[in-house]
Amino acid sequence: MAAEREPPPLGVGKPTDFEELEDGEDLFTSTVSTLESSPSSPDPASLITEDISTNSNGPKPAEVVLDDDREDLFAEATEEVSLDSPEREPILSSEPSPAVTPVTPTTLIAPRIESKSMSAPVIFDRSREEIEEEANGDVFDIEIGVSDPEKVGDGMNAYMAYRVTTKTSLSMFSKSEFSVKRRFSDFLGLHSKLASKYLHVGYIVPPAPEKSIVGMTKVKVGKEDSSSTEFVEKRRAALERYLQRTVKHPTLLQDPDLRQFLESSELPRAVNTQALSGAGILRMVNKAADAVNKMTIKMNESDAWFEEKQQQFENLDQQLRKLHASVEALVCHRKELSANTAAFAKSAAMLGNSEDHTALSRALSQLAEVEEKIDQLHQEQAFADFYMFSELLSDYIRLIAAVKGVFDHRMKCWQKWEDAQITLLKKRETEAKMMVANKPDKIQQAKNEIREWEAKVQQGERDFEQISKTIRKEVGRFEKQRVKDFKTVIIKYLESLVQTQQQLIKYWEAFLPEAKAIA
Amino acid sequence: MEEHLEAGKESKPSSMSPDLQGDSSLQVEISDAVSERDKVKFTVQTKSCVPHFARTEFSVVRHHEEFIWLHNAYVENEEYAGLIIPPAPPRPDFEASREKLQKLGEGDSSITREELAKMKEELEAEYLAIFKKTVAMHEVFLQRLAAHPTLRRDHNFFVFLEYGQDLSVRGKNRKELLGGFLRNIVKSADEALITGMSGLKEVDDFFEHERTFLLEYHTRIRDACLRADRVMHSHKCLADDYIPISAALSSLGTQEVNQLKTSFLKLAELFERLRKLEGRVASDEDLKLSDMLRYYLRDSQAAKDLLYRRLRALADYENANKTLDKARTRNREVRTAESHQQLCCQRFERLSDSAKQGKPHGPGAPATALLTLPGSPFLSSPELMDFRSRRVSSFRKNLIELAELELKHAKVSPPASPSLLAAFLASHRWASRPLSSVLAHGGCGGARGEVRLPGAAPAVQDHSSPFWIRTIPFCHW
Repeated sequence: MAAEREPPPLGVGKPTDFEELEDGEDLFTSTVSTLESSPSSPDPASLITEDISTNSNGPKPAEVVLDDDREDLFAEATEEVSLDSPEREPILSSEPSPAVTPVTPTTLIAPRIESKSMSAPVIFDRSREEIEEEANGDVFDIEIGVSDPEKVGDGMNAYMAYRVTTKTSLSMFSKSEFSVKRRFSDFLGLHSKLASKYLHVGYIVPPAPEKSIVGMTKVKVGKEDSSSTEFVEKRRAALERYLQRTVKHPTLLQDPDLRQFLESSELPRAVNTQALSGAGILRMVNKAADAVNKMTIKMNESDAWFEEKQQQFENLDQQLRKLHASVEALVCHRKELSANTAAFAKSAAMLGNSEDHTALSRALSQLAEVEEKIDQLHQEQAFADFYMFSELLSDYIRLIAAVKGVFDHRMKCWQKWEDAQITLLKKRETEAKMMVANKPDKIQQAKNEIREWEAKVQQGERDFEQISKTIRKEVGRFEKQRVKDFKTVIIKYLESLVQTQQQLIKYWEAFLPEAKAIA
Repeated sequence: MEEHLEAGKESKPSSMSPDLQGDSSLQVEISDAVSERDKVKFTVQTKSCVPHFARTEFSVVRHHEEFIWLHNAYVENEEYAGLIIPPAPPRPDFEASREKLQKLGEGDSSITREELAKMKEELEAEYLAIFKKTVAMHEVFLQRLAAHPTLRRDHNFFVFLEYGQDLSVRGKNRKELLGGFLRNIVKSADEALITGMSGLKEVDDFFEHERTFLLEYHTRIRDACLRADRVMHSHKCLADDYIPISAALSSLGTQEVNQLKTSFLKLAELFERLRKLEGRVASDEDLKLSDMLRYYLRDSQAAKDLLYRRLRALADYENANKTLDKARTRNREVRTAESHQQLCCQRFERLSDSAKQGKPHGPGAPATALLTLPGSPFLSSPELMDFRSRRVSSFRKNLIELAELELKHAKVSPPASPSLLAAFLASHRWASRPLSSVLAHGGCGGARGEVRLPGAAPAVQDHSSPFWIRTIPFCHW
């Protein structure tokens, strides 16, 4: 079956990392041994109904070549496996736990060599069941809460520490309920690790909340006013949503970095997330370079699906932005309304005081009370507006940016493949030239190079197909999630509106007899 | 913009002020109004049995400056110094609306055509509302004059009501405006001086009490009025905010291909209705609360003016006494001083009489119990008492109406309609089930009987007609 869900990789960081330049990332583990193809786990969620294997761009290489490649793949893998990375230790030791299958090899191979019967290890069967379980409709038994923001330290070195509580029944975690203290830069660090591992293979990694220098400075300086408490609350909620989205992603959930983030009490300080650090500057430079590249790469899209989806996301992005701006204006005005109502309540009370007709005076003070309560109501509604509606929109705007990034990565992948093909062509030409010029040693060299580049071309093609497939699945999952999220929020928002109205009814009904009692 | 306004038949019964005491010898109303380029022309219609008039029913066309002229005529008339002169109607001010309309006309590329249409609609509604308000204000002014037993007999009033030609009253030019402004300053300085004068003791507790009360009341009501205005403004902003939201949601909805489509479209509809609702809440608050407060702001100012005049008269009287004494000691010009003193005394007493009820000679009043001169009517209607009762009843009425309207809005508002919520929930759970069936079924009548189905048109129209009618009967101030 071509449609499949990728078995969650355990600690396989960069499945398709064949960019030799990059180093020190999580790689294939002992899963090399269990590299037989996985019978694809039936995907009840049926995220990808399209035939992935048949839709990949580019020609299908011959089976034979594929075998070779597989060898090569693992040859390289075994090389890279020897690279030491600390996170791999726990993974290797936790062999008995399921889903040890790597992502890439199986998925690379599976669509092509389904016919080949591979002996699946027993361990694999068990893992498949568990995968199925976990894969059932994205219902993961894991709950994450971010709470108790508290200020640690003083002055400009102060920071807010948040308590991250996890409740889960997943067996990959050591306990079923635990909590740790994390600070904002830890979250950013987690995101950057996940992004560097998964983004360029096509997974949509949820973006972390944004840094805000102004907000944080106020908190650091110690201003205990409503705007800084609001800021902290906003950030706390954003962090919670971020973590919840991240754990909902089946692939990311299996990531050891994530687990370490949730579990271990001490986390190495992620200095690379600071804006002015070396890594920060490098990031900025990379972003600029990417932007330039995007403009120059002209990909001939042979798959209409991608073009359509890209267009769709582009439109969605624009409209969400517009809506977001309007909702922010709404929130602002509602807050204003609340403040004005409070002011009016005060002056109505004063008026009631100076009124000498007793019944009218009483009625006016009642009016003042009603208005005060209404002001509270408006304020609550403003919060609801904001936290439900506006934040959801801004989250999705950022998510769509991540989606667009993923599409861009695909383009880059294609570009690499193209380049490899071009180079291969050039090498072949060189070889031909050498043949003509009859220089045996150079011919040999040329042949070597040709082989090398052929491998690269094939790798490039595989990568490209892989990323395309992943993207399709991811997009499907994303859309589903989006529909769910929006629906939930809309319903919650409506309920808040209903409640406000009902409260209003109550207040005015209480006031009416008072007004009628004015003699 | 040419606008024609017909004060509908429905307004007639409620345009009778309860203060008229069934005296139907003079009925005044503004039957029509036309807004021209920068002027509003009111058609003042009179029905009267007063013998002075040539006919029993007649009408004239007046514009705002003529109303002001009439008001000034009353204010400057010494005879009415003891009365609270009804405050002049405010100048028709369409500037704000006009500016907004112009800005809208200039066009903004980011607004879609539907949004533009909606905003235009809102602006036009606003313009209409302001227009109706100004008509009502002018009408109230005239009707109070007609209701007051003394003021209605004024010659200028008759001229105003009857004279067919233009009264050729021009607006104040700059010099006059400046003069008026200066006069106001002088007046308030004078007031401060008088009250500060150690020699001038308020002879009557009643007036003392009234003065302190009025001063305080006036400042506070001004405060309240300002803030109520701000609240109304916020409500309007909120209502306006819903327009782009609704538009964005509907465009999102049309783009979606999945289940979110219906959700977004429904939400867009909901916001549209919320907008109308907020707009109505804003205008109701405006009518019932802000306008009432504003009117009483002006009225209390008029009452304060009365008190001031009385105080001024008292000061004059005291001065006249002193001059008389001095003249007596010097035994020169005693006659003139005496008559002057008599006049002052009379004036003072007249003012006190008319302002208060039943106590023509206060406990500490000077013993010279001169009869009031003929021609200055001894009024039985207690002006300040009148002010008070008017105020109380008007507050009562408006507060009740405000509460009732707010309740009505809250109950009929779409979010409170459970059927809409049910529709959403249903579409969430069973994606294929068409929403329309759920809505049609949605007779979960709700907590209150007035809940209407979201799709029902009457819910919307129900509001539009009473709203317009309600703006007209202002006369219960």
